[in-house]
Amino acid sequence: MPVTKSYVAKSVEAMRPSGIRKFFDLAAGMEGVISLGVGEPDFVTSWSAREAAILSLERGFTSYTANAGLLELREEIVSYIHHRFDVTYDATEEVIVTVGASQAIDLAMRAILDPGDEVVVVEPCFVSYVPMVELAGGKAVTVGTRGEEQFKLQPEALKEAITSKTKALLLCSPNNPTGAQLDKEDLKAIAAIVEEHDLIVVADEIYAELAYDIPHTSFASLDGMRERTILINGFSKGFAMTGWRLGFVCAPPELTAAMLKIHQYAMMCASTPAQYAALEALKSGMSDVEEMKKDYRRRRNYIVQSFNEIGLDCLMPGGAFYVFPSIQSTGYTSDQFAELLLKEEQVAVVPGSVFGKGGEGFVRCSYASSMEQLQEAVRRIDRFVNK
Amino acid sequence: MKINKKEQEILEILEKDARLTPADLSKMIGEDEEAVKSMIKRLEKEKVLVHYTALVDWSKVEDSEHVTAMIDVKVTPKRGVGFNETAERIYRFKEVSSVYLMSGAYDLSVTVEGRTMKEVARFVSEKLSVLEEVVSTTTHFQLKKYKHDGKIFEDKQTDNRMVVSP
Ligand SMILES: Cc1ncc(COP(=O)(O)O)c(C=O)c1O
Repeated sequence: MPVTKSYVAKSVEAMRPSGIRKFFDLAAGMEGVISLGVGEPDFVTSWSAREAAILSLERGFTSYTANAGLLELREEIVSYIHHRFDVTYDATEEVIVTVGASQAIDLAMRAILDPGDEVVVVEPCFVSYVPMVELAGGKAVTVGTRGEEQFKLQPEALKEAITSKTKALLLCSPNNPTGAQLDKEDLKAIAAIVEEHDLIVVADEIYAELAYDIPHTSFASLDGMRERTILINGFSKGFAMTGWRLGFVCAPPELTAAMLKIHQYAMMCASTPAQYAALEALKSGMSDVEEMKKDYRRRRNYIVQSFNEIGLDCLMPGGAFYVFPSIQSTGYTSDQFAELLLKEEQVAVVPGSVFGKGGEGFVRCSYASSMEQLQEAVRRIDRFVNK
Repeated sequence: MKINKKEQEILEILEKDARLTPADLSKMIGEDEEAVKSMIKRLEKEKVLVHYTALVDWSKVEDSEHVTAMIDVKVTPKRGVGFNETAERIYRFKEVSSVYLMSGAYDLSVTVEGRTMKEVARFVSEKLSVLEEVVSTTTHFQLKKYKHDGKIFEDKQTDNRMVVSP
């Protein structure tokens, strides 16, 4: 019997394809493209971490680990989070090693959402947030941020978005795509509202290591917030380990137990060699992180100043490896700008519109590229903007 | 010499890539260009910034004759002729590309460049080992350069990232 119907679930059919896909397809076929569209470090993982993974394979460590991950790694994560961000977790009850921060976001949403529960999502944001909320049966209520406010979530805007159905706030600092970093005072103002409305915060702090001017404040480190936070972090960005697919999530025992229920069936555990690499990265890799951070900081300064000089207004973002210049002076929409820039000058950027509310009128440029590439990209963008 | 944070940054950046211009540096460290120029001048004058060179892989150049030897030199310092004086007598030879005073089994580590092994060997026997303070020399010829000053010569690392990603 021929297939006469679609087997795809309606909920999946309804999902919009990511706007990033289109630019990938456009850029992938082109020659000589300089890409500022890449959401991952240009550095490779430190040799010591790679070597630790190789050694683990040589020794035959190829079986599953505990569902929550190697205990030794969880202990190292706990000590890392404690030293760097001043929050204390219990390695046996409050940590799960995940397949990237991506899986941690999915786990968090599925663990807390009942059908119809609302999650406030702050935009512009990482493209997976809204789909993850929706796939978990929740409803994403998006709140935009604006350049005039350094793309920081405004307490008033948050209050307006909260309804009787709001269960959680999904917060990302430093942010992809804006690079915006919320400082302690910003976070405290948000924490007060979270407490008043009895919400839980899913804090995506994957860029925590990449904060250039003031140290990162973890939402969980604020008074009374540890019990209301699902803290997500990982190795992809700061440790340049994207392809290893390794992250982690920390939360109070009840929430961790709930996430672990899902994790044990859906994932079993994260990749074992990757866990050994991450263990070594935490033990000996902090100086590598510092070196990379120094480089990113200089490139950030370079590209922000250069964009402002050629007439694209650009804020100095506090963290991550993105700048989010305004392209409004060109008269193009962000989609047109990105497409024409790619066709005329072979520079790939990502239109701000794909990141949700507040993104239109801006483009995301990643400075995870060598200075040489950045210099050439600036020359081409200058030519494009001032032709 | 005491240097400030910005000068420290300039040194760190130039040590990796000396071709960056004062204009680039000024953007990278957030300092105006004239100030960067005068910092560089000061660092050059104080010989903190000593020289700018290119790293060349001569092994790639056809018919180029180029050998490098590293020589362990043991020295007996004499009254009035300390390590510094001996080092000076050695580093003044144009064949010598580097001289370091070392801790451990020998005293001076001397790098000598020449066109052929014979030429280097002759330099060692006729110029170096005959110095009065030199007790012994052990010559090691380099067979292949893999990494120099933090740079890998044949870096197999390529950028494998997808052109656009979330
Ligand atoms: C804000 C944000 N969260 C999460 C992720 C996913 O990271 P991972 O590689 O750990 O899954 C990314 C990656 O681009 C990101 O930008």
